[in-house]
Amino acid sequence: MAYSEQVIDHYENPRNVGKMNDSDENVGTGMVGAPACGDVMRLQIKVSDEGIIEDAKFKTYGCGSAIASSSLVTEWVKGMSLDEAQDLKNTKIAEELALPPVKIHCSVLAEDAIKAAVADYKEKQTKK
Amino acid sequence: MKLPIYFDYSATTPVDPRVAEKMIECLTMDGNFGNPASRSHLYGWKAEEAVETARRQVADLLNADPREIVWTSGATESDNLAIKGVAHFYQKKGKHIVTSKIEHKAVLDTCRQLEREGFEVTYLDPDKDGIIQPQAIADSLRDDTILVSVMHVNNEIGVINDIAAIGEITRANGVLFHVDAAQSAGKVEIDIAAMKVDLLSLSAHKMYGPKGMGALYVRRKPRVRLEAQMHGGGHERGMRSGTLATHQIVGMGEAAALAKAEMHLEHERITTLRKRFWDGLADMEEIFLNGSEGQRYIGNMNVSFNYVEGESLLMSLKDLAVSSGSACTSASLEPSYVLRALGLSDEMAHSSIRFSIGRFTTENDIDEAVAEIRTAVSKLRELSPLWDMYKDGVDLSKVEWVHH
Repeated sequence: MAYSEQVIDHYENPRNVGKMNDSDENVGTGMVGAPACGDVMRLQIKVSDEGIIEDAKFKTYGCGSAIASSSLVTEWVKGMSLDEAQDLKNTKIAEELALPPVKIHCSVLAEDAIKAAVADYKEKQTKK
Repeated sequence: MKLPIYFDYSATTPVDPRVAEKMIECLTMDGNFGNPASRSHLYGWKAEEAVETARRQVADLLNADPREIVWTSGATESDNLAIKGVAHFYQKKGKHIVTSKIEHKAVLDTCRQLEREGFEVTYLDPDKDGIIQPQAIADSLRDDTILVSVMHVNNEIGVINDIAAIGEITRANGVLFHVDAAQSAGKVEIDIAAMKVDLLSLSAHKMYGPKGMGALYVRRKPRVRLEAQMHGGGHERGMRSGTLATHQIVGMGEAAALAKAEMHLEHERITTLRKRFWDGLADMEEIFLNGSEGQRYIGNMNVSFNYVEGESLLMSLKDLAVSSGSACTSASLEPSYVLRALGLSDEMAHSSIRFSIGRFTTENDIDEAVAEIRTAVSKLRELSPLWDMYKDGVDLSKVEWVHH
């Protein structure tokens, strides 16, 4: 299968790889997918007191397109408000990376991951 | 060095230059271009002679009689001819066929077609090492069983089935036995005189011969009958019509002769290379060889790299020509049906890569591959949340995954 230049770029130089402290109350973690399906994404965001995403990290088990989708999302969400991040659409990710139809699910997974991370952060805040 | 380095000898092999030379001699006006079926002139006689020499070379590789070799277009056609040919000829005797779940698609799909025609097929599970146990064959036989079809060497995992033992069972029960030997012929010794095999499929392009060429061994004593699947001029004693492709046949014959002459030397050489490969990876954590360790063809190494996804690994190994699962199914995103039949979890099946080495693999190729694999796997594990969890002592089978 031929990959787009954008996918190869993110795959070879993934942005924001890493892990944040899950117990930090400013950190929201989203983990989606399952090993049996061949993709697992863990996406984490660090949110400022003003509700702006200051930092984002990811780790992904999956194909090149899954890795690229999550890498791209961590770049995009930095500086966004939580609402903006939640509105991120998989179609934009798929378009930016020029994903073929069989790889659209990777962009869906990345959208789900950021939504899960935001939801996790919000839940932590209500428990405070 | 030519990049990417070829590590996919189980998918196909390059034509040996010595084979190509012989083939070229059978094409042009000044060469041996005649129709082997032309009885009225020298061109035909010469072509027929070349075809019969090749038939003897292929028969010799199996320790068979040349009259037992039927030329086909490849192992897929041989499998079709053997299975459908027997089923259609012997259907009055019974309509039950036994095969295994890890056969090549050429066997499985042929069996599916026969099921649509009213035959009944039993698909046996391999054991956890990928071996079809002879006892499982014995237990599956019924009064109406007419054919057992089991592969010699598996294309994905390289394990070797005990063909001799299965042949004893089928012969004792009056059931015909077909073996797909596409992956074993020329690499593993096959002595048809000592094994009670009735039909055996061969492919030229897996043993350094040309693509589009194969053969079916059809036993004469006790005689095996087949209903032809290709009708026409009655070539190959009526079993397979169609003008014989002299250059292809000569290529297969030469490839068989070289394989027979060099089998032991080549086996030693590939054993050394395999050891070098495996020694280079041995200290890595969480890597597993799929299929039996002892009972396998040494040129095949199907390896699972736990916590790394196979497709991304393929992408990382861009200087290596390897495959995940079999080439025929690699267009789909499904994990390999062969590895699933071994009882591997989906994720372990997703994490597997087949490395296959052969005649033109060098020590340098192996060293390059080992270095590239090590770099790729550690890079992808750095990226893998599953690796993190494994390192933190999390039991992944107990995690509740958000299924997609």
